[in-house]
Amino acid sequence: MNEGRKEIIQIVFVLVAFVFLIKLFFIQVVDDRYAQLANSNAILRQIDYPVRGLIYDRNGKLLVYNTPEFDLQIIQREVKNLDSAKFCEVFSMTPAGLRQSFKELKAKKEYSPVKPTIFLTKLSARDFAKIEDNIDEFPGFYIQARTTRAYNAQAAANAIGYVSEISKTKLERDKTGIYKQGDYIGQSGIEAFYEQYLRGTRGVRFKLRNVDGIEKGSFRDGEMDTLSTPGQDITSTIDLELQKYGEFLLKGKSGSIIAIEPKTGEILSMVSGPSYDPTLLTGKNYSSNFVLISNDTNKPLFNRPLMAQYRPGSIFKIAQAMVALQEGVITPETRIRCDRSIIDCHGPHTNEDLRGAITNSCNPYFWGVLRRMLNQGKSNNPFDDTRVGLAEWNKHMSSFGFGTRLGIDLPNEKRGLVPSPAYYDRAYGGRPWKFSNIYSIAIGEGENLVVPLQMANFAATVANKGYYITPHLVKAIGPSGKPLPAYVEKHFTTIDSAYFRVARDAMERVVEAGTAQYRAKLKDVIVCGKTGTVQNEPRPDHSVFIAFAPKENPTIAISVYVEFSGQGGRAAASIASLMIEKYLYGATKRPQIEEYVLKGKFL
Amino acid sequence: MRKDEFISDKIDWVTVGLYMAIVFAGWLNIYAVTYDQNENLSIFNVTINSGRQLLFIAGSAIIIMAILIIDMRFYETFAYIIYGAVLFLLLLVPIVGKEVGGNKAWLGIGSFGVQPSEFAKFATALAVAKYIGSVGFRMDQLRNQLVLFAMIGGSMVLILLQKDTGTALVFTVFTLVFFREGMSPLLIIMGVVAAVIFILTLLVNEYYLFTGIGIILVVAIIMGKKKPKRIMLLTAAAIAVCCVIVSVDYVVTNVLKPHQQNRVKALINPDADPLGFGWNVTQSKIAIGSGGFLGKGFLKGTQTKFDFVPEQSTDFIFCTIGEEHGWIGSLFIMSLFVALLLRILFLAERQKNRFARVYGYSVACIFFFHFAVNIGMTIGLFPVIGIPLPFFSYGGSSLWGFTILLFILLKLDIHRMQVLQRI
Repeated sequence: MNEGRKEIIQIVFVLVAFVFLIKLFFIQVVDDRYAQLANSNAILRQIDYPVRGLIYDRNGKLLVYNTPEFDLQIIQREVKNLDSAKFCEVFSMTPAGLRQSFKELKAKKEYSPVKPTIFLTKLSARDFAKIEDNIDEFPGFYIQARTTRAYNAQAAANAIGYVSEISKTKLERDKTGIYKQGDYIGQSGIEAFYEQYLRGTRGVRFKLRNVDGIEKGSFRDGEMDTLSTPGQDITSTIDLELQKYGEFLLKGKSGSIIAIEPKTGEILSMVSGPSYDPTLLTGKNYSSNFVLISNDTNKPLFNRPLMAQYRPGSIFKIAQAMVALQEGVITPETRIRCDRSIIDCHGPHTNEDLRGAITNSCNPYFWGVLRRMLNQGKSNNPFDDTRVGLAEWNKHMSSFGFGTRLGIDLPNEKRGLVPSPAYYDRAYGGRPWKFSNIYSIAIGEGENLVVPLQMANFAATVANKGYYITPHLVKAIGPSGKPLPAYVEKHFTTIDSAYFRVARDAMERVVEAGTAQYRAKLKDVIVCGKTGTVQNEPRPDHSVFIAFAPKENPTIAISVYVEFSGQGGRAAASIASLMIEKYLYGATKRPQIEEYVLKGKFL
Repeated sequence: MRKDEFISDKIDWVTVGLYMAIVFAGWLNIYAVTYDQNENLSIFNVTINSGRQLLFIAGSAIIIMAILIIDMRFYETFAYIIYGAVLFLLLLVPIVGKEVGGNKAWLGIGSFGVQPSEFAKFATALAVAKYIGSVGFRMDQLRNQLVLFAMIGGSMVLILLQKDTGTALVFTVFTLVFFREGMSPLLIIMGVVAAVIFILTLLVNEYYLFTGIGIILVVAIIMGKKKPKRIMLLTAAAIAVCCVIVSVDYVVTNVLKPHQQNRVKALINPDADPLGFGWNVTQSKIAIGSGGFLGKGFLKGTQTKFDFVPEQSTDFIFCTIGEEHGWIGSLFIMSLFVALLLRILFLAERQKNRFARVYGYSVACIFFFHFAVNIGMTIGLFPVIGIPLPFFSYGGSSLWGFTILLFILLKLDIHRMQVLQRI
């Protein structure tokens, strides 16, 4: 039954070989196109690097642009009779340096004697002029142009971020296949977050070369070539003048300033102190400068507005007040005695209502507020009652964006902490806890943690009477002219907007007559603010202030942190009011306050 | 030393001679690939591939000795156990294997690594041969056929788990062995038709294909007997083909991974992906095509040196032959392979029991698949599927795997007169 089948298999085997030989005859003997291609030697593949998108400030001022930079590539096999003395002269090298470069070249993982390999990097435009005149004398060396970042102002380094060569680990993790070794990529800030819009797409040109490496035009008239497309330009929300002024004020201090336009969530300035000069992370000396900056004990690469977590301090009392009002455990008229045997307080007051308590930042008052809120008598067991109350409290606090990442368009945002029942269960290792164990959260101390960005966002939320738009640094990407969709959406708090009126009035009083009256008050505009003094034993306290202005239709909300600088009413309130003044009027007219800030003697 | 004399008398020296010729030619070409006239390293230098390949060849000699010394009954008796052990090793690979070149297909013992997938071929061949050779086996029984497909399917699935699609596809060639042993040719015809439709769909607008199928259907109905049953069948077949055409597009865009899509597209249009696989095939064809009729001469190639063609000493080794030895050299190497394949078929046919014959056919078909796909891809007739050219490509595991396959057959052949006839 299987007759003939072995012959069929034999025929199939021979037939396939026969077809191959015919096909081979066609490409090897009949068609001489391949031979020509090979005679003109290989096809050289040149990468056409795209131009990275530019970054503008909110008023159209250029923040970041590109300048040309040149790499010298080598194809080892083509190097012939290298005149090393001349080479050293043209490239301003020592003979020892040249030997070292060759040694490093051979050690490179991607090194191949026939492929272009980077020999010297980041030659400046000035070197380039001299090199271009002489490059013909050095066969096997090619110049590859690309661009590097340049900055118009030494400002907002941490917000904008920097661009550098992609690291090995990132390259391995990259699944898109877009990046190749030696490519540049945004490493932090806007440069990293908006990488996909800024980078553009690379192009490729195929060039024919003969045996001596001389170009003989494009391969197949360039039909396989692709052009690079430039990256999209980005308009930042940053106001360059305000940003520069903020950095001027914070000079020599560590801390942060964040100013937000409440209606849009746009960040007007984001200052992190201490900062660094962004131009240090471009060009020839990138590596040595990076080591210097990242080893600096002041941590200039640490973006404090998003990454530094502090206890919120007295500013939290505003939020406490609104949550308590919402829960109905107090009214604005509720008076609580300032019993300093429970918890320490300051200033001459004895039995305030809510407004008075906020103006004077009365600690025993808010101890009482939190107790009413956590122990509402919903359960007879004091442990269970606290648990129920705390869960409710946590829900309200979280709606302000505390204890969660707000989702700013920068990497590495920290979330802070708003304690929940589960958190205390863990902290107490299963042992029971109740109000008397956890009351220090009443005045913003204890386990609470916030980042400065959340505080600025809180000021914006109060300014907006109950909602915020996630703070962001980019208002327009490319030709769309729009931010990412996440940055137009309103997030409402769980608090009725009526209660925000109480908070706003109280914050107005703080500046008008309370803890911040002397330095934060402005002549023609109502500023609403709240001081905070974050305990930091045994070192000096952190000085904190949040504010927004004008009271009606606010255009700026701000948070200021100045580390180790004592009371919030001094350093932070001064800086915040100067920033508001600068933004609203374009200039400041209070030299004595500015001088006080610059002098920096707050304690 | 009676035993040695016995082996040297009875072993098939034609096959051994062809084997040695191909291994030697492969070794010279591996040297040609790495040869750099500036460095002028010796062919024996173990820092380059040719030196290491020589070590692998020496290893093969030891393996051959071992295969010839082991009792011939071992291979049939332990066929299932060997198969099971290799399956177990394949299972281990995704768990404890190490990655080489993006594929996790290697088992490492210290710095020494092997690819179990290369050994799965002979193990599967042994198991299939033993099953078909067993008493009471009938190819026309569905149950028996299912067991056979489960055997090759087991190896395929485990190798697919290592993402080594090329090696997994090799196992489809067992259908040719089953065909020789009496399975209906329908399956192979259907497979070939499906492949042709697949390629046509990518080449030609699908509406032209629908029209063409319609015309063929109408002609077939008019030409043949006009029985309702036959017309129904023909119509159903035409609809089935159209469904396949519609689904090809879906398969290409949704089932195949992007790099596999590119390989298929590059086959049809080498410029589709100029940076990736189209580039490889273009470079490979330039290298082969530039060889002309007589070639550029040994070590004189310019295109196949270094990295212009990827996987130069493994998957694209044939480029070196094409460039340095031209069409004549290609003819010579192809003749060696065809001679070896036909000789193996001859050996298989002269076996006295079914086990040995089926094993022989498996060996021939596996070699054929590698030969056809490997050379086919370098000249742009097949998609780029990374499988080596037997005995020719650089690499220890593949050389040893193929050597084991071949020499087990030679061992069985030596003793062919001793076995009971069971055909």
